[in-house]
Amino acid sequence: MGEAIVVTSGKGGVGKTTSSANIGTALAILGKKVCLVDTDIGLRNLDVVMGLENRIIYDLVDVIEENCRLAQALVKDKRFEELYFLPAAQTKDKDAVQPEDIKKIIESLKPDFDYIIIDCPAGIEGGFRNAVAGADRAIVVSTPEISSVRDADRVIGLLEGANIKNPKLIINRVRPNMMKSGDMMDIDEVCAILAIDLLGVVPDDQQVIKSGNIGEPTVMNPTSNAAVAYRNIARRILGDSVPLMNLDGKKGVFNKLKKIMGIG
Amino acid sequence: MTATKEHVTIKGNKDGLVFLFNDHCEFPDLLSELQYKLEKSHQQILSGPTIDVHIKLGERELDVQQEEEIKKLVGHHGNLLIQSIESTPKEQIEKNIHQDLKIMNGIVRSGQSIHEDAPILFMGDVNPGGMISSNGDIYVMGALRGLAHAGKNGNKDAIIAASYMRPTQLRIANIVSRSPDESANEGAYMEFAYLDEDHMQVGKISELHKVRPVALQF
Ligand SMILES: Nc1ncnc2c1ncn2[C@@H]1O[C@H](COP(=O)(O)OP(=O)(O)O)[C@@H](O)[C@H]1O
Ligand SMILES: [Mg+2]
Repeated sequence: MGEAIVVTSGKGGVGKTTSSANIGTALAILGKKVCLVDTDIGLRNLDVVMGLENRIIYDLVDVIEENCRLAQALVKDKRFEELYFLPAAQTKDKDAVQPEDIKKIIESLKPDFDYIIIDCPAGIEGGFRNAVAGADRAIVVSTPEISSVRDADRVIGLLEGANIKNPKLIINRVRPNMMKSGDMMDIDEVCAILAIDLLGVVPDDQQVIKSGNIGEPTVMNPTSNAAVAYRNIARRILGDSVPLMNLDGKKGVFNKLKKIMGIG
Repeated sequence: MTATKEHVTIKGNKDGLVFLFNDHCEFPDLLSELQYKLEKSHQQILSGPTIDVHIKLGERELDVQQEEEIKKLVGHHGNLLIQSIESTPKEQIEKNIHQDLKIMNGIVRSGQSIHEDAPILFMGDVNPGGMISSNGDIYVMGALRGLAHAGKNGNKDAIIAASYMRPTQLRIANIVSRSPDESANEGAYMEFAYLDEDHMQVGKISELHKVRPVALQF
């Protein structure tokens, strides 16, 4: 029986979709059977980041409205045999989707996959409630910015309310030199406020934007710093203890971190 | 006239005179002592220019007739102007005096709030966007980064203490104080906030005993 993990943040543009695509792909690289689910109805873009847009025939809403079977809507990845993708609807009304619908879909995916990664829309309204409905666990993505941390905190509170215990944190778009100069919140500060386990720290990396444009997740690119970070995150999800990497080439930048824990 | 305990105490303050009535004696005794004081013992200070009078009844509740009798008696002295007749409801007195400390833990996150009528000892952090409030004191054993409102029902003696104090806003009774706008504000450890003549002040917890000789007022 697989595990469903929702990737959420509250704030938009902080890296939910990027993280979903890269974590899903990294887990597939590690030999897991993975299904990515885009719940951002009307604003889907996980398909673009994965480079699978042109293969979409049916979508999530088609499954809910019984225009097709679930298996028909799943798009197989072009790189990995065991990586699948359930796209969100781009054109349909998002009120067509209710939390119970998503829950049912996730439940029926679980027996066939090791991991189901759910990409959550921004906000804390209906779309958020849909995305978390079927999730067993959660990954909260935040950038080291006050507004993003504030929204992540709000979301962590809501996850508790939705009975999703012990969410894990990814801090994305970290710039070590800005942190050092005090122009960016540092990792310790973010962790002190959010007080949840840190799953990983992803550097701000131009490769991420590049690979988004060519439809190939960054983890495929071994020269990218962000790729290494996402591969490490995937390993932590599988339960390996992988130390945080040094982002600026020097030793011991993140030595102060006490808790690095994986999901699983 | 009982010699041991007075039924009526007359005090002056900047607003005029305050008549404190004993709330345990019989009403006729109260009335006759009031009459005695107005006409005999305090006659000198009660004549002259117009003075505002505030009557505090304690827990006693007056019916309309009793209130009229008091008004008549005081109004007999042309220079005395009754501004207020107040009694403190029993439950409110009890709330302020006999409350247990409510001990709680967790994290008050952005968008969340907790309120207790009782003073709160909160073991954990209050994050930015989170709110903790009480009719009494608030003690945060953790970081106070959000909003704390002590003495919410108007108690200006309430305090807010925190292991780490970096709030977005503090409120005691109806007085509001926000954090400095400079983002350089680093916060401080082991501090408490209190009201001094309606101004929010902060001090080190080691100084608390000077402001509040009796630790907990309940
Ligand atoms: N680590 C990173 N380094 C550089 N750019 C990033 C990184 N993570 C995300 N981005 C960019 O930020 C933008 C928003 O990311 P996205 O994953 O779509 O956010 P969300 O799904 O939370 O709205 C995208 O253009 C993406 O390429
Ligand atoms: Mg997105």
